[in-house]
Amino acid sequence: MTPQLQLNKVSIELGGQTIVSNISLELKPGEIGCLLGHSGCGKTTLLRSIAGFEQPASGEILLHGKQVASPQTTLPTEQRNVGMVFQDLALFPHLTVGQNIAFGMRNYSKKETNQRIELLLELVGLPHLIKQHPHQLSGGQQQRIALARSMAPRPDLLLLDEPFSSQDAERREQLAREIGHILREDNITAMLVTHDQHEAFAMADTIGVINNGKLSQWDTPYNLYHRPNSREVAGFIGQGVLVKGTVLETAKLHTEFGEVCGNFSQPFPAGTEVDLLVRPDDIIHDDRSDNFGCVTKKAFRGAEYMYSLRLPGNTDVLCLAPSHHNHKIGEKIGIRLELYHLVIFKHTAQSSFLASETNKI
Amino acid sequence: MQHSITGSSALSARPCFTFYRPSGWTLAAAVVALIIATPILTILGFLFYPGSGTWQHLADTVLADYVINSLLLMLGVAAGAGSIGICTAWLTSMYSFPGRQLFVWSLLLPLAIPAYIIAFTYTGMFEAAGPVQEWIRESFNLRYGEYWFPEIRSLGGAISMLSLVLYPYVYLLARTAFLDQSVCALEASRTLGCGPWRSFFFVALPLARPAIVTGLSLALMETLADYGTVQYFGISTFTTGIFRTWFGLDDSVAAAQLSGLLMTFVFVLILLEHWSRRQARFHHTTNRYQTLPNIKLPPLMGWIATIACLLPLFFGFLLPVGQLTQWAIMTFSEMVNESFYELMLNSFPLAGAAAVLALIPALILGYGNRNRATPLSRFLVRLSGMGYAIPGTVIAVGVLIPFGALDNSIDNWMLKHLNISTGLIFSGTVFILLFAYMVRFFTVSLNSVESGLAKIRPSLDEAAKTMGYGGFEILRHLHLPIMKGTLLTALIIVFVDVVKELPATLVLRPFNFNTLAVRAFELASDERLADSSTAAIAIVFVSIIPVIILSRTIAHSRPGQPQ
Repeated sequence: MTPQLQLNKVSIELGGQTIVSNISLELKPGEIGCLLGHSGCGKTTLLRSIAGFEQPASGEILLHGKQVASPQTTLPTEQRNVGMVFQDLALFPHLTVGQNIAFGMRNYSKKETNQRIELLLELVGLPHLIKQHPHQLSGGQQQRIALARSMAPRPDLLLLDEPFSSQDAERREQLAREIGHILREDNITAMLVTHDQHEAFAMADTIGVINNGKLSQWDTPYNLYHRPNSREVAGFIGQGVLVKGTVLETAKLHTEFGEVCGNFSQPFPAGTEVDLLVRPDDIIHDDRSDNFGCVTKKAFRGAEYMYSLRLPGNTDVLCLAPSHHNHKIGEKIGIRLELYHLVIFKHTAQSSFLASETNKI
Repeated sequence: MQHSITGSSALSARPCFTFYRPSGWTLAAAVVALIIATPILTILGFLFYPGSGTWQHLADTVLADYVINSLLLMLGVAAGAGSIGICTAWLTSMYSFPGRQLFVWSLLLPLAIPAYIIAFTYTGMFEAAGPVQEWIRESFNLRYGEYWFPEIRSLGGAISMLSLVLYPYVYLLARTAFLDQSVCALEASRTLGCGPWRSFFFVALPLARPAIVTGLSLALMETLADYGTVQYFGISTFTTGIFRTWFGLDDSVAAAQLSGLLMTFVFVLILLEHWSRRQARFHHTTNRYQTLPNIKLPPLMGWIATIACLLPLFFGFLLPVGQLTQWAIMTFSEMVNESFYELMLNSFPLAGAAAVLALIPALILGYGNRNRATPLSRFLVRLSGMGYAIPGTVIAVGVLIPFGALDNSIDNWMLKHLNISTGLIFSGTVFILLFAYMVRFFTVSLNSVESGLAKIRPSLDEAAKTMGYGGFEILRHLHLPIMKGTLLTALIIVFVDVVKELPATLVLRPFNFNTLAVRAFELASDERLADSSTAAIAIVFVSIIPVIILSRTIAHSRPGQPQ
């Protein structure tokens, strides 16, 4: 099957600076991809090059098997048949909702246009707003209208540039899930750009973590969380800490928790010092365990408590415990490590906590 | 003229391709900016020219008068317009009292009366032979000289006249600033133990200071630019001095140098304005707004507030317009004849042409700088956009000198080679007048174009592209409909400004070519005050249009509310 979108070793320079380097990835028809990374990592630039607003310095971009951009040639945006939802939504202020959606459908008959407007408004759940102007709508409504407008001309590929950034955190995930649902219903291939992993998880089939202009990992959400291929990805996705250990033999480590057995994410010879990724849900609160941790901080999350525990060897780890296990700060609680697949990296002198904002409790 | 009342809007800084490939537009923009800046550059050039004998003579005799009178005038107007503007702005934005809704927009009306018109209207009413003093003499059985009455044709008179018509600048900007302030800042100050008066002086006023300074500097630019009032009252200031030096002493170099000196005053005001606009950003307290409380005043205080707002409106608009109307009814049959229609036929097409002419370079500059503004192009825009602050008299001198030289050299060349005298093909025709208007009012158009373009974020262009629209289609289906309103406003404002303009028109008009403003001023200068009223009232009528537009905009300008 021809991929709907294909990037081959794409690099982009802006003002003499390399923004994105050597990125290759593919989207199958109907697949929803996501570029995830901190602001300034180059993900938006990459998206804009797919739309045709930037030209790659090397590599090529193919849409439906046809080359649309390379350092030598570029197909103008208006001929690429890509739809885009912009960060600021870019609804035309002087047109009604209906007119906004019809704007891209010049090549359709009037009857067809009206039918499609009705269908799309039905799909985004706002059929009554057809005669309103954008400024009369709420943020979430504008979002859905922008989506409907970009879907109207049946684009080969839909690009979404941080479309939920203006929403508050709780709304984002919900909107992302809804919109992912709408896109799947219409079998639309799409690429989302965001810095919010929850948004990415809620919407995408495949996620690429971009770090300093390079694609660290292009994988399913499950693999990104459970099998990160680098410290950066492990740090960016989810919460967790790195615990120092020594390789004893294949599939066996010595750590502060004692011996830990499981498949290694990458092979290391015996005796190598490594760092083991431990997620909060990998540490189980168990009063019968011989291992103890001293509670240093705690945060109530409703169904569970997030504890920060200090191990006897002075390593801090996170532990997610059901919320009826209410322990005081300073109390020692029993813990057990439950890990089958061991994500390990070569040991460095870095702090054991990953540089993730989400580790703050 | 109407200055831009909002800060220059920042265009998105994100680099992006829009449908214009840059180089051609940037070059065109640079050329246009340079042409428009020519008069200003000419005057600046003369500052470095060795002084003539006349200059020495001026310096020894009248120069000190010009400087002192201009400074006193500015000081007086700053105090007058400032206090009226701030008081009315505070009352109408914070309190509710009888007539408040009406005052919110009607306090802008004096802006519609050019200073020279209010000056001769008041002279007609309050001079020794006028109705007021006559009434005093009759009712108290006194004779002229036996009682004290303020002399209207004096520096104090000029200050009063200018304050009465220029306070709306301060009112407008101060009011916007007060409304922009979060009520929370005021309430916070109340919870910290400051009473309403302390809160006003220590929180509200300092927060609004940048806006007030902006308003004042605009009013003072108009004060410096005024020629009609000071000439009519016989006060020696820079503008009258430039006229006298050019026409009386026939010394263009000295006139240009006086203009240059006046321009340095203007520069200070421009810097002050830019500085205060920049400061305003730091005085922004919050993005969350609450409906202003509109504290209801007790009856007595309420009526005092009503009177306080009524006074400037009455003396700045109702009284002079009433007097003009009375005169106009008196002289209507006599004055409204073919020559009056001719005045309108001269004024209106001229103003229309100037409005269109000022819009074209604004569009070129606006698009040229839209996404690829370089420091050089930004400087050129600044330079060419300074016309609004430069007095018409100075611009007249600045265009006459280069075009006069151009005409002379063309004439000489034609005489020498073809034996034909071409005369003054530029400086003797309507061409130079239109060019001067374009230089002076170009900023109004540029501000409108830029604020219109700012509404079209680059992402709108990009969105249209992803929907299959090419360059000119985007212009037609997106830019034109969105900018229509702003462009129309720019046309109207420049149109009205040209109808009101006096000094540049006086100097540059072709022989025997009269406009409403020139005729009104000439008749008034000949002491035919009643006869001048028909032309004056026509100007006031036209001038009300942009004031209405302005008042509509401020009615909708409260942030945090949907338009």
